[in-house]
Amino acid sequence: MTPLRLPRAKPAVTLDEIRPELARIGRRHALHRGLSLGGLALLTGCDLSTHSGVDAALWAMLRFDDWVQAALFSRTRLAQTYPASAVTRPFRFNAYYAEWQVRETPPGWQLAVGGRVADKTPWSVDRLRQLPQAAQVTRHICIEGWSQIGQWSGVPLHVFLRRVGADLRARYVSFACFDGYSTSIDMPSALHPQTILALDFVGRPLAPEWGAPVRLRIPTKLGFKSAKNLQAITVTDTYPGGYWENQGYDWFSGS
Amino acid sequence: MSAHPPPATPGIRRPAHPLPVRIMHWVGAAAVMCMMLSGWAIYNASPSLPFTFPRSLTLGGWLAGGIAWHISVMWVLFADGIAYLLYGAASGHFRRNLRPPGPRAVIRDLTATLTGRLGHRLGHYNAVQRLLYVGVIAAICLAVATGLAIWKPVQLGWLCGLFGGYPLARHIHLAAMIAIALFLVVHVTMVAIFPRTLVAMVAGIPAEPEENAR
Repeated sequence: MTPLRLPRAKPAVTLDEIRPELARIGRRHALHRGLSLGGLALLTGCDLSTHSGVDAALWAMLRFDDWVQAALFSRTRLAQTYPASAVTRPFRFNAYYAEWQVRETPPGWQLAVGGRVADKTPWSVDRLRQLPQAAQVTRHICIEGWSQIGQWSGVPLHVFLRRVGADLRARYVSFACFDGYSTSIDMPSALHPQTILALDFVGRPLAPEWGAPVRLRIPTKLGFKSAKNLQAITVTDTYPGGYWENQGYDWFSGS
Repeated sequence: MSAHPPPATPGIRRPAHPLPVRIMHWVGAAAVMCMMLSGWAIYNASPSLPFTFPRSLTLGGWLAGGIAWHISVMWVLFADGIAYLLYGAASGHFRRNLRPPGPRAVIRDLTATLTGRLGHRLGHYNAVQRLLYVGVIAAICLAVATGLAIWKPVQLGWLCGLFGGYPLARHIHLAAMIAIALFLVVHVTMVAIFPRTLVAMVAGIPAEPEENAR
């Protein structure tokens, strides 16, 4: 069987952009090698929040890892799928806040679309349901290490992006949520067939705690990338970051 | 080729540990320590055993910091490990020093060790050492392989499947860490008992003549 070769999309990060950083990292590594266990004790304070050179090196290494991950990513390689009987029950709630703080869908909610798209008309849930739908039973892997299997269905993001006339050569797709959360992904991952705007969870319309009325479900990335309670989708060339990413979670976080 | 080629000039002996081995040992040691301590920070975010590691013992301070250290230093460990495996195979280091001993030799040397009768000859590897060093190299390889599997369970899905899927691969990764930690306890204890082995791993001091041919 010949693997299907799609034209490689523009990578989110190119080698030229990070070359000065790589050179700096190389020098840092030489420094690291000179440090013994005693030096290690001095490094344990570096947690991405200080302005030390070591933290700067760690941030640079995260960008390098993003570049490696973008290179490893395949638009055609699929996350493993499971039978519906494998769905984890009870399904674990997770957010940057406690479950009692979950927000109901605001009255008159519509999904806003912005940035490099031709059609910026907002979308209602009913209109989203009229688009082609896809279902999946996949493993949701949290950056913390735990994982669980869930069942989602909704509109493939590539269908949606083409429908709104998005510039598919743009670098990022960013997601803003009405619970204050935000995240962003690279365009190749956005166009992956298993990346969907989920409307249902285990056969029912999404409940608020599972991300009502629309959430992103992207099994080729860690769980925190599957943003819940969406408010706006923006196609952009400007690095959008995200709630966790800005604090130091690895941006690409591909699986 | 004989296992121990005679020195060209009498009195000038080979170093107990060749320079490449000493460099790769210390780079690897630092990398493994960073990987272990940052791994503990990651483990603490969702412990799969009924304990967590004290924050002061971890590297990175919190989950994101731990991951940043982990996926930065992994390149150092990876490069050092590949260089060591290539060097070990090409130079004869593995064949000469780490070839797994027979069970009888292990029992003999283990008994001698536990009864305090095993003399340590710098530059020579007894059966227990061979077993431990081969074991820790295997454990580090397992940690790297399972680490790649849980870092990329989709892109390296075949590797993740080899370890029985994501949850099992994650547990094996933890088990490999525990094996490495246990090795470190034994290794550091032995170095404390024979401090001149530490000197030999830093400076290029000559190997000692073997006690007697076996």
